Amino acid sequence: MEAVVQNRKLRLATTSLAGCFGCHMAFLDIDERLLDLVERVDFDRSPLTDIKQCGACDIGLIEGGICNAENIHVLQEFRRQCKVLIAIGACAVNGGLPAQRNHLSLGQCLQEVYLTWPGIVSGQIPNDPELPLPLDKVHPIHEIVRIDYFIPGCPPSGDAIWKFLTDLLDGRTPRLGHPLLHFD
Amino acid sequence: MASEAFALETAAAEAGTLRRVAIDPVSRVEGHGKVTLLLDANDEVQQVRLHIVEFRGFEKFIQGRPYWEVPVMVQRLCGICPVSHHLAAAKALDHVVGAEKLPASAEKLRRLMHYGQILQSHALHFFHLSSPDLLFGFASDAGRRNIVGVAAAYPEVAKQGVLLRKFGQEVIRLTAGKRVHGTGAIPGGVNRALSPAERDGLLADIDQIVDWSRAAVHIVKRLHAADPPLYDSFGTFRSNILSLVGADGALDFYDGRLRARDADGKILVDGFAVENYQQLIHEEVKPWSYMKFPFLAALGPRDGWYKVGPLARVQNCDSIATPLAEGERREFIDHGQGRLIHAPLAYHWARMIEMLHAAETIKDLLHDDDLSGSELSCSGTRRHEGVGVIEAPRGTLIHHYRVDDDDLVTMCNLIVSTTHNNQPMNEAIRRVARRYLNGRQLSEGLLNHIEVAIRAFDPCLSCATHALGKMPLQLELQDAAGQVIARMRSAS
Ligand code: SF4
Repeated sequence: MEAVVQNRKLRLATTSLAGCFGCHMAFLDIDERLLDLVERVDFDRSPLTDIKQCGACDIGLIEGGICNAENIHVLQEFRRQCKVLIAIGACAVNGGLPAQRNHLSLGQCLQEVYLTWPGIVSGQIPNDPELPLPLDKVHPIHEIVRIDYFIPGCPPSGDAIWKFLTDLLDGRTPRLGHPLLHFD
Repeated sequence: MASEAFALETAAAEAGTLRRVAIDPVSRVEGHGKVTLLLDANDEVQQVRLHIVEFRGFEKFIQGRPYWEVPVMVQRLCGICPVSHHLAAAKALDHVVGAEKLPASAEKLRRLMHYGQILQSHALHFFHLSSPDLLFGFASDAGRRNIVGVAAAYPEVAKQGVLLRKFGQEVIRLTAGKRVHGTGAIPGGVNRALSPAERDGLLADIDQIVDWSRAAVHIVKRLHAADPPLYDSFGTFRSNILSLVGADGALDFYDGRLRARDADGKILVDGFAVENYQQLIHEEVKPWSYMKFPFLAALGPRDGWYKVGPLARVQNCDSIATPLAEGERREFIDHGQGRLIHAPLAYHWARMIEMLHAAETIKDLLHDDDLSGSELSCSGTRRHEGVGVIEAPRGTLIHHYRVDDDDLVTMCNLIVSTTHNNQPMNEAIRRVARRYLNGRQLSEGLLNHIEVAIRAFDPCLSCATHALGKMPLQLELQDAAGQVIARMRSAS
């Protein structure tokens, strides 16, 4: 395993679906270890790069759940391209806070937010074909594709992400003990 | 001002006769957005739009929640500037619990948290997201245009960026309890003080942080000096500006009153009390974006739109209270030769001046004994309504809540920073498209010019998508086995 790691830099892709970017921030909270990480991996598609389509990758990190059709396409693209797919954070694992809208009626919300809200002029419900189709519920990503690992937390800490990734890169089974494993 | 505005918003020709080009997703920004261009047979640009493609529904599902949950919940709107939402909500709810004036310790701890947030967010935006365009060139090799490329070419710059952000995040962790989505502010105050040991830990690094912030201002100034025509004209358009200004007219990120100027710098509104924001600002809805378009109600949607954020703030205030940043502000104002600077790329310069101010302010606060005080919260006569306004890293952030007798939220209205810049960002990319893309074979590098203009505003498209949306079409969501697990409801 060591030899393989030495010979080839692994490729890492990340994306944010219906999330708040907090998990990406936690990823950057590895701080100066980021500079060590890029010695060992190359970034593929990620909000940090200008690669817009995911190529063949070893590791994919997914933040956020599924709230529209676009999210599904991106998630499927990542599943096709990434050998190991990781759900990172509460939103990806179980829908997280965005899923709070699951008990609301979309029609009613739209009416309110875009038509009768205070201070609104030319109220209308956005409906351009360029806007991806929203789903009536927000879903965790494992309902759509197979997921290899789940890291809970909102967000997991930078230390937890670092431990997880270095375990994986070194060929160990990733393990998060206390206090790295938390759900808040 | 309105003469050229809104050109290219909607193509005159039938959409079907035009060729569509999309930049999807817009990268090296926070959140989800895309740009579409429509071109005619001669490759002339006919339409350009920045679409905000996601929806959340925060304002709706916060209804019915207990008010004391809100400062923690709303942070999940945005993981880049959670502290801004945390504090804007807490400030709004201060009024609900009747805390009209917080104890000095509480206010200063909140300020420390907020200035840590400004520092980390501005560092992240400049170094991790935008610097590759500015250091390598807008059309440089796409594979290198990222923080990894910067680390290879300018290791010292990348390292300073990473450590500046780290310091801001540590300030947040020590005041809020967590780096992302902390819990430090509560309605009526804060729940923890800074211990002397924690303070000394931060003090050990602060001089270095001030120095690096100063160096960052110099990097941007050098970039401007190297190519003034580019930096002054790229995507430039004229508009009004809006921000909070402190009681003494100074730059203040935490509190103040609203001030707006027209494109010539003439004051339109001043000393405007934030709780009356609904009289000042109205919002327009357009069918092609989930993000609304705010404008100054008195001027109407065509003339009333405005810029917010660093470029607005640094020129809207009368002074900056810390000496190094004030010196830089004067130099910046001089660059405008008596006129307001409207160039989008000057946002970077103003942003780095603000980062320097944040670093200096953190240093001052760390020397203030109130930070380890024990009176951390207060309360008074209960009210049913509160408005909290703050200058988030990206601009003016407004939170407004109504709470009933059972402590449950009955109404929530949010106007987030990036939403104010909706029209400005659209305007900037239309200027860029006309100037650089018209009639040309579109390459990746040319398209990146559009993104460079968007990035200058440091948009947080995640924050900006809090409203719900839906379209009159059918969609099925199937699981891996082909089982239908969700169906989008058809239009009501
Ligand atoms: S899990 Fe939390 S931090 Fe991560 S994207 Fe969701 S809300 Fe943001």
